[in-house]
Amino acid sequence: MGKVLRGVDLALEEGQTLALVGESGCGKSVTALSVLNLLPQPPMSKTAGRIRFEEREMDGLSELDWRRVRGKEIGIVFQDPVASLNPVFTVGDQVEEALKVHLGLTVAVAKKRTLELLTQVGLPEPERIAGQYPHQLSGGMCQRVMIAMAVACEPKLLIADEPTTALDVTVQAQILDLLFQMTQKSKMAVLLITHDLRIVRNHTDRVVILYAGEVVEEGMPDDIFLHAQHPYTEGLLAAMPTFGQQGKPLTSIEGAVPSPFDTLTACVFADRCPKVQEKCRKEKPLFESEKNGHGVRCFYPSKK
Amino acid sequence: MLLSVEKITKEFPIQKGLFGTPTAYLRAVAGVSFDIEAGEVVGLVGESGCGKSTVGRCVVGLHQATDGRVLWDGKDIAKLSPEERRTLRRRFQMVFQNPFSSLNPRQKIEDVLLEPIAVHGLFRPSERAAAVQELIEQVGLSSKDLQKYPHEFSGGQRQRIGIARALACQPDLMVLDEPVSSLDVSVQASILNLLTKLNRDRKIGYLFISHDLQVVGYISTRVLVMYLGVVVEEGRVDQVLKSPRHPYTQTLLKASLGASVAVKGEQLSPAQVVPGCAFYNRCPHAESRCSNEKQDFQEVDGVWRVACWKWHKIG
Ligand SMILES: Nc1ncnc2c1ncn2[C@@H]1O[C@H](COP(=O)(O)OP(=O)(O)O)[C@@H](O)[C@H]1O
Ligand code: SF4
Ligand SMILES: [Mg+2]
Repeated sequence: MGKVLRGVDLALEEGQTLALVGESGCGKSVTALSVLNLLPQPPMSKTAGRIRFEEREMDGLSELDWRRVRGKEIGIVFQDPVASLNPVFTVGDQVEEALKVHLGLTVAVAKKRTLELLTQVGLPEPERIAGQYPHQLSGGMCQRVMIAMAVACEPKLLIADEPTTALDVTVQAQILDLLFQMTQKSKMAVLLITHDLRIVRNHTDRVVILYAGEVVEEGMPDDIFLHAQHPYTEGLLAAMPTFGQQGKPLTSIEGAVPSPFDTLTACVFADRCPKVQEKCRKEKPLFESEKNGHGVRCFYPSKK
Repeated sequence: MLLSVEKITKEFPIQKGLFGTPTAYLRAVAGVSFDIEAGEVVGLVGESGCGKSTVGRCVVGLHQATDGRVLWDGKDIAKLSPEERRTLRRRFQMVFQNPFSSLNPRQKIEDVLLEPIAVHGLFRPSERAAAVQELIEQVGLSSKDLQKYPHEFSGGQRQRIGIARALACQPDLMVLDEPVSSLDVSVQASILNLLTKLNRDRKIGYLFISHDLQVVGYISTRVLVMYLGVVVEEGRVDQVLKSPRHPYTQTLLKASLGASVAVKGEQLSPAQVVPGCAFYNRCPHAESRCSNEKQDFQEVDGVWRVACWKWHKIG
């Protein structure tokens, strides 16, 4: 059996935004799907580990119970907002439906609440927009509708999987601002999954760097951006082109991510690491945290 | 001048009448001008739908501009003789975001690279195999890769092959349309390094198209910022990215660094006719004058120009 995730530990508190960052194939979305008990089975299944939500053990929960949790207690926003909405219903109907199913609201109350939600996510003219079909709205507007639907039942946790990747940068910034404001105003926690390290700096409380299905570094944004310790995190930062770096060659990370079918008795990054030593190829480093919560999985972390 | 673009406009028909004659147009590009010197790297940046690719296509002759002129080596490409066109167009090549979408999956990479060489009659037939080997090595792949098929390559390798294919024509200018946009950042870095090296070693000029201001800022010496069919700010990278003057460039810069932005709403559709400033509906500095007055370029400093009458008040 291949292993896409290898012992990922995440903890999220009320009102916190945690970003899960990694390049394609590192296991970000699979993490989100396992939290939601949505892994396609077969071929995939959770083989070990547990998920606790509000002190409840989620293993052994029936599919019926899971359905109640998803959508009501845990909201979800995906990358492609236009495809995630149903093309044959107006967006107002879709938000209303979520309210009726999960909260049992009457039609009149659900209608009123829908308009409030559309206003809350920053859509202008909510009455007019409620009457439109997804294809009549821009990508950014559809993503606002998705967020309205995801937060309709005031979930404790919102999982946003690459929520802004399909959007233009200026719209992306608006959507991230919106998500961040929502965590400030309510106690909702957000798990933000992204490949783009840049967007997490100003919009999250904690950052987790995932590589080949393992957490290799975790900390507050400043720990990661100013005091990165793992060679992979350092590599990601040095690979980002910026105007200030003009003329200097960028650092590229040679090689490829190990396959889920490799059994790893070594560091997952050993094959691509510029600092690799013999020990890294023989033993597996443990994840070790400092008191301030900045943690790294590396035998030779950089200390600055 | 290697390339001159003079006030080009490109309209696409979006509605047809009874006899198939267009009754409505979408103006994707509305009067764009710029030059590129031999060996120069010019960035073209803006959000999707602002007309970047359309400009790129007009530059290499894949689209004919509705109005305005494109000049290769000082010659209007609409007035070239067929021979002139054939020789000149070899020197102006385009590289796409997904270079493989147009390739035959059953064609070996060697043949992919031999094709343009044969079409343009470059090298003596006996020298072509060696030329192809040199090409593949120049883009950081090995001669073994020549015997492989497109599906055997990763995204970054495919982009290297796309670049090799354009290089096979021995171009003087490459229009690179979002060449690194679908790549992971670690792979993106290696492609940007390759492009920088080719520009340095071979003096090939680039029109580098991207939605990412940081990528454009890294690779270019001069930048054009486009919004809804027009260029709203242009200048040297050290001018424009250090202290952008146009409210849209200011927004784009903040967003590209992951910071919060003050703008609302989204870019209008190019099918709408905007009488004033294209950014009016989103601009935090807008006044009523902006809504009905077309914005011409104002000079900030030499080649640094901005299309906003308020630029000196908003620093
Ligand atoms: N062949 C075409 N036919 C009709 N409309 C087009 C065509 N190509 C582009 N457009 C439209 O022109 C505008 C600019 O598109 P494009 O140049 O692709 O922008 P960008 O590359 O900046 O994303 C968009 O509104 C797009 O839908
Ligand atoms: S002309 Fe007016 S609307 Fe346009 S960018 Fe300048 S201030 Fe903003
Ligand atoms: Mg484009």
